[in-house]
Amino acid sequence: MKLIACIKQVPDTTEVKVDPKTHTLIRDGVPSILNPYDQFAIEECVRIRDQIGDCSVSVLTMGPPQARSALMRCLALGADEAILISDKAFAGSDTWATAYTLSLAIKKIGFFDIVFCGQQAIDGDTAQVGPELAQQLGIPQVTYVEKIEIDNKNKLTINKQTEDGYQILEAKLPLLLTLLPPTSFQPEHPPMSSILKAKRKPFNIWDVETLGGDKSRFGLDGSFTQVIKTYTPPKRGECELIEDNPKEAAKKLSKILCKNEALTKR
Amino acid sequence: MKILGIEIILDKCTGCGLCVKVCPFAAVKILNKKAEIEANCTLCGSCLEVCKFDAIVIERPKLSDKNLSEYKNVWIFVEIRENELKKVSLELASKAREIADTLGEKVGAVILGEKAKHLCDEIAAYGVDIAYIVENKNLSEYNTSNYTGILTGLILKYKPNIVLFPATHLGRDLAPRVAASLEVGLTADCTGLSIKDGLLLQTRPAFGGNIMADIISPNVRPQMATTRPNVMKIQKPDHSRKAEIISIPIELDPKALKIIIKEVVKTTKAGVKSLDEADIIISGGRGMGSAENFKILEDLAKTINGVVGASRAAVDAGWRPRTNQVGQSGKTVSPKIYIACGISGKIQHQVGMKSSDTIIAINTDREAPIFDIADCGIIGDLNEIIPALNEELKKNLCKN
Ligand SMILES: Cc1cc2nc3c(=O)[nH]c(=O)nc-3n(C[C@H](O)[C@H](O)[C@H](O)COP(=O)(O)OP(=O)(O)OC[C@H]3O[C@@H](n4cnc5c(N)ncnc54)[C@H](O)[C@@H]3O)c2cc1C
Repeated sequence: MKLIACIKQVPDTTEVKVDPKTHTLIRDGVPSILNPYDQFAIEECVRIRDQIGDCSVSVLTMGPPQARSALMRCLALGADEAILISDKAFAGSDTWATAYTLSLAIKKIGFFDIVFCGQQAIDGDTAQVGPELAQQLGIPQVTYVEKIEIDNKNKLTINKQTEDGYQILEAKLPLLLTLLPPTSFQPEHPPMSSILKAKRKPFNIWDVETLGGDKSRFGLDGSFTQVIKTYTPPKRGECELIEDNPKEAAKKLSKILCKNEALTKR
Repeated sequence: MKILGIEIILDKCTGCGLCVKVCPFAAVKILNKKAEIEANCTLCGSCLEVCKFDAIVIERPKLSDKNLSEYKNVWIFVEIRENELKKVSLELASKAREIADTLGEKVGAVILGEKAKHLCDEIAAYGVDIAYIVENKNLSEYNTSNYTGILTGLILKYKPNIVLFPATHLGRDLAPRVAASLEVGLTADCTGLSIKDGLLLQTRPAFGGNIMADIISPNVRPQMATTRPNVMKIQKPDHSRKAEIISIPIELDPKALKIIIKEVVKTTKAGVKSLDEADIIISGGRGMGSAENFKILEDLAKTINGVVGASRAAVDAGWRPRTNQVGQSGKTVSPKIYIACGISGKIQHQVGMKSSDTIIAINTDREAPIFDIADCGIIGDLNEIIPALNEELKKNLCKN
């Protein structure tokens, strides 16, 4: 069997700050990390590989040369092979162009049983690349995956989160899954021995020529959406702080709440 | 008969009939052991996906500047829940009406379900001109492939200018699939939509809500976006409005589905408003200390007609069900009032609630990041403040 995981290197949005004077993002010094949702996807992927036996995990990313470090982390977490899809031509891709590029790479690998994606990346939060990729590969998808079990006949049982609870689904291969982190998920740091081992695993770099495909569909040119402006959101008003004994504080807050139309218009 | 845009490669076709099973529009027949396409084919591509022999080729007409203007009207995908319209569907209808008026176009609503006709009058009251109704017993639970095929087919046939989906679990599963199938752009989770120079201007947050982006899709049609629930204003309904109803006949074979729903588990209580529809949310975090202690939030919720939510830490601790979780890996909410109790306000939590109208925080730690985005903050122990607040509110609300 073959499992493929698609990952992304992202700026750590918990570290992103806004310049108080210019109201623009300060990107300098913001560390790049493996998207936390993708780390979980990799860990699940490796767990399932180990359960199945005769099976390998390829991890892909489309990104700049620096994205190598995110792939190295995936190798250290247990993936068998990494592919960095990197070329200036891919710059500025929207979700459709990203999915198109990834789909070409996956078709080039040739065969697979499950494609794993994180539910979303923390920089854009669109959750669109997974489903768009599934559509382009012509395979079914399950999004908002909370749990996966696979039996010895390669039948998958999946818990899918819904707005009122969850569904238990049964699915056949091949398919694409987008994963949510499980309860109490803390991204683990792989041990030194795994990091050293990762350096000996196959690492490929594919550019536009290697991928083939329709060149007009890559990057900015291939993107249907265009970002025409970015700006910081209007700042919320100052926080009115109440520091008092509980009774007085409750009184003050009650007064404020009672003026709100959500409470008056009932 | 040869249909423009789709071709069966006879050498490759084995007459297996999978395409017949999967075609929602019943536009494929097997004749002399070969597939044949009928005139009602919409080029939706459902057959392409199941064909194991690459025997189907679809070529849709290419868009050019000239035929962009053939695309007219603003469509919404209407999400229903237990046979009722979800609140977000009314929001979408209201927004679509506003956009359509600016453009001088009509509002179309696509409704899929086991039964859907009874919803037409209600959605019409919010500004819908034409309701496209697709009724089938196999549509009672959402499934990606049937819904994608039907929507893609309808869009290709009727050529809307704009299609809006709710940014719900369902909408975020379906919309990208349809967008990829149609090869058009899609903007996720919009908090603002308007018309600028004749184009749909789509505004959305990115980088954990630290920046906003304005996005357009100028060269393709339809222009598509998913829209965050509870952000767009609902217009006053006009119950005298009626919509033209177009029923679309459909045939679905559940055996063609590759993903089967074995069980549907609901962890929300019947009758309790869902978080994304609530006007008032009172959320508790790790600072609540225990599952039992959420009772004080439930009591307060009763007084002010609110719904209880939670941070991920409280859900991970097993104090609340996952459906209560607000944030990046939970629900995105934007109520009129959000009260965060014992929640530090890490960015992953903020992403899910930052667009609330009024944010109130109760926390013992004056350095907690939740105070950075709160309109009003109380520094103190929630165990003392919440019950006191509840008493005060009961008194004051009785007076009015
Ligand atoms: C990939 C990923 C996805 C995530 N998704 C989400 C998500 O969807 N939603 C989410 O919420 N989090 C999410 N998180 C987790 C997030 O980073 C925080 O860990 C989480 O929000 C913390 O929850 P908390 O504020 O309840 O707990 P804490 O950060 O522990 O804060 C508890 C707060 O309670 C206060 N407190 C304690 N006792 C009292 C008292 N008696 N009275 C008043 N205040 C008190 C403390 O001062 C503290 O500020 C995600 C994390 C990752 C990595």
